[in-house]
Amino acid sequence: MKRDIILAGVGGQGLLSIAAVLGDAALGLGLHLRQCEVHGMAQRGGVVQSHIRYSDVPLYSDLVREGTADLILSLEPMESLRYLPFLRPDGALVTNSVPVKNIPDYPDLDCILGEIRRLPRHRIVDAAVVAEQAGSPQCANLVVLGAATPFLGLAEDSLEAGIRSVFAGKDPRIVETNLRGFHLGVEAARRAS
Amino acid sequence: MSTRLLLGDEALAQGAIDAGLSGAFGYPGTPSTEITEYVQRSPEARSGAVRSHWTANEKTAVETALGMCYAGKRAMASMKHVGLNVAADPFINAAISGTNGGLLINVADDPSMHSSQNEQDSRLYTEIALVPCIEPANQQEAYDVPAYAFDFSERHRIPVLVRLTTRLAHSRAPVTLGSKRPQNELSAPTDRERFILLPSNARRSYDRLIRQQRDFLRESEASPFNRLVEGTDTSLGVIACGIAYNYVLEVTGGAPRFPVLKVGQYPLPLAAVERLLAQCSEILVLEEGYPYVESKLLGSPPRPSPVIRGRLSGDVPRTGELSPQSVASALGFPELQGLPASGAPVSRPPALCPGCPHADTCRVLNDALATRRETGRVFSDIGCYTLGALPPYGAIDTCIEMGASITMAKGASDAGLRPAIALIGDSTFAHSGMTGLLDCVNENSDVTIVIVDNSTVAMTGGQTSSAERRLVAICEGIGVQPAHLRVIEPLPGRHAENVAILEEEISHAGPSVIIARRECIQTLKRGSRRPADKGGGK
Ligand SMILES: Cc1ncc(C[n+]2csc(CCOP(=O)(O)OP(=O)(O)O)c2C)c(N)n1
Ligand code: SF4
Repeated sequence: MKRDIILAGVGGQGLLSIAAVLGDAALGLGLHLRQCEVHGMAQRGGVVQSHIRYSDVPLYSDLVREGTADLILSLEPMESLRYLPFLRPDGALVTNSVPVKNIPDYPDLDCILGEIRRLPRHRIVDAAVVAEQAGSPQCANLVVLGAATPFLGLAEDSLEAGIRSVFAGKDPRIVETNLRGFHLGVEAARRAS
Repeated sequence: MSTRLLLGDEALAQGAIDAGLSGAFGYPGTPSTEITEYVQRSPEARSGAVRSHWTANEKTAVETALGMCYAGKRAMASMKHVGLNVAADPFINAAISGTNGGLLINVADDPSMHSSQNEQDSRLYTEIALVPCIEPANQQEAYDVPAYAFDFSERHRIPVLVRLTTRLAHSRAPVTLGSKRPQNELSAPTDRERFILLPSNARRSYDRLIRQQRDFLRESEASPFNRLVEGTDTSLGVIACGIAYNYVLEVTGGAPRFPVLKVGQYPLPLAAVERLLAQCSEILVLEEGYPYVESKLLGSPPRPSPVIRGRLSGDVPRTGELSPQSVASALGFPELQGLPASGAPVSRPPALCPGCPHADTCRVLNDALATRRETGRVFSDIGCYTLGALPPYGAIDTCIEMGASITMAKGASDAGLRPAIALIGDSTFAHSGMTGLLDCVNENSDVTIVIVDNSTVAMTGGQTSSAERRLVAICEGIGVQPAHLRVIEPLPGRHAENVAILEEEISHAGPSVIIARRECIQTLKRGSRRPADKGGGK
């Protein structure tokens, strides 16, 4: 078992929490793990990106090699397309459909979604609507994580344990909302597939 | 033994704590910030057993660490690569005096300039200072380095430079922790003249340092961080420095068929290099940063054989960080085709946060300068406010290195360029702006200095700014006339008033300082609001 994943999004969307959940879940299973992130100006709405790799055989590189990613998991539709050359031809792309339009020249959303729909394996989820159902727009990141579950190679309960442990220091209600968001994400993807 | 998931930066910090660290000092700077932050959050620092704080700048960090090691303790200073420029004086001279307790200088280089002005390679500094350098390849090595390097430092009484690069600094992997060593006892050196670098003493020490070079080389030959892994295919030999070794293992599935010399400690282990060169007809050098090892091997005039390949030969891009992809191509592996790039994504440049106080200050600058743009210039500095260069503001004209705003404005004003405005953050002012202000006061220079005081070091994530609450007093103390030391609140509702104040100070023919004070929106949101600056000023 080995997964090379590119996480994509915009500063402030909670991308690094997803990376932490995946990391926790993979470690809990005794897998080898590498997770690489670009920090810096994240708080100011710029591009955020993280590479995460886990495997039952040793890993060496912190970075995913072009053409080898199994999955692009994105919290923003335009951002999901930024890293296509990393995705292997039969790789999957899972993205939130809600754009972050903090730039004047944001491309036409329908074109972007159309391009994603033409990819061999994809899931598009409206994480804002689902997160609302879960009780808080804050858990949109976990909705997308839930939607990506079929491609993660990790069991749902491992991911659940990861969510509990990453948000352990927070208000228990936040943990519950996040878990709800995650599960609704899993279901949304099931319906869409 | 326990395992923890740590960034390279954090692994280094934990390794130092476990190796008997007594003090960690530093000035924030990506990608090094998490080293000192990790120490600050540790139980050891919180209980007071380990001293750790942000210093005013990198020079004071290295000097503080040197003083602590003078007292016999193990200490370290951490910074980003350009920080070593600021700290170069104590760094290079500490090699002459030598150390007492162990001293590590941790420097994180930023090839590809993810968040920096250049991609200078700290290994070159170790050539000037004549000190050893250790460059861990992965998070586990980053954890293991401090125990080794502190021992080395104490054995040879020499500072050791630990070099990280962005990807290791900012990547997580499980790290197995070792045992904890107690801190050193207090013990001031008895050979007191060693630390008094009068020429007569310094010459003696320098001779000693030169003699030590042989010892450092011997240590490198035996270092656990250097390793020649033999291979069956000797048509190519690879020298892989630091994290380049990971990429070699990654693209060869962990088993390269050609010999690989993994380099993690300098000076270069020459015997191993010679063994590799004697076996192979071609050598590929893979290193982050400058073609440092490559140029050493090339020699001048270049040696005829073996052929040396690397960044200079064009086999690896001359600039930018390495990647599994660039290493694979340099090794001759075919490209793995991913999906074709999409034309849709446009760039999403970082921007000031909505409601940022700097945005209001930029608008004030633009309006006050509207009729004076022909010759008027805004000499800016480094911090969030540098984003004022981008649309929709276009408010600043320069950004070179920390502190250059006030002094460049002074030089331009001395040349006759007016109005000469300096724009500098509170932390940057404390880092290296105060001395420039003193120059302006002494010369009665016609400059208008705007200090944007958001009560934090925002650019690097909201650390405590070292001049917090004392800016007015500092400027007064430096000698700015109280009438020309103004405090404004950069808010949209105060725009007209603020523009008028800036215009007044621009027309004053001597130095004036305007402190634009309003807290960073991000730290405000996190609830770290602090009491307002006390002191005079308008
Ligand atoms: C010599 C050096 N050290 C550290 C840095 C990293 N760095 C860039 S700006 C900055 C400080 C910014 O703080 P401040 O001046 O208060 O501005 P703010 O970001 O809060 O607006 C730091 C630490 C650097 N570029 N150069
Ligand atoms: S982090 Fe603070 S100072 Fe920086 S842009 Fe945002 S609000 Fe402004």
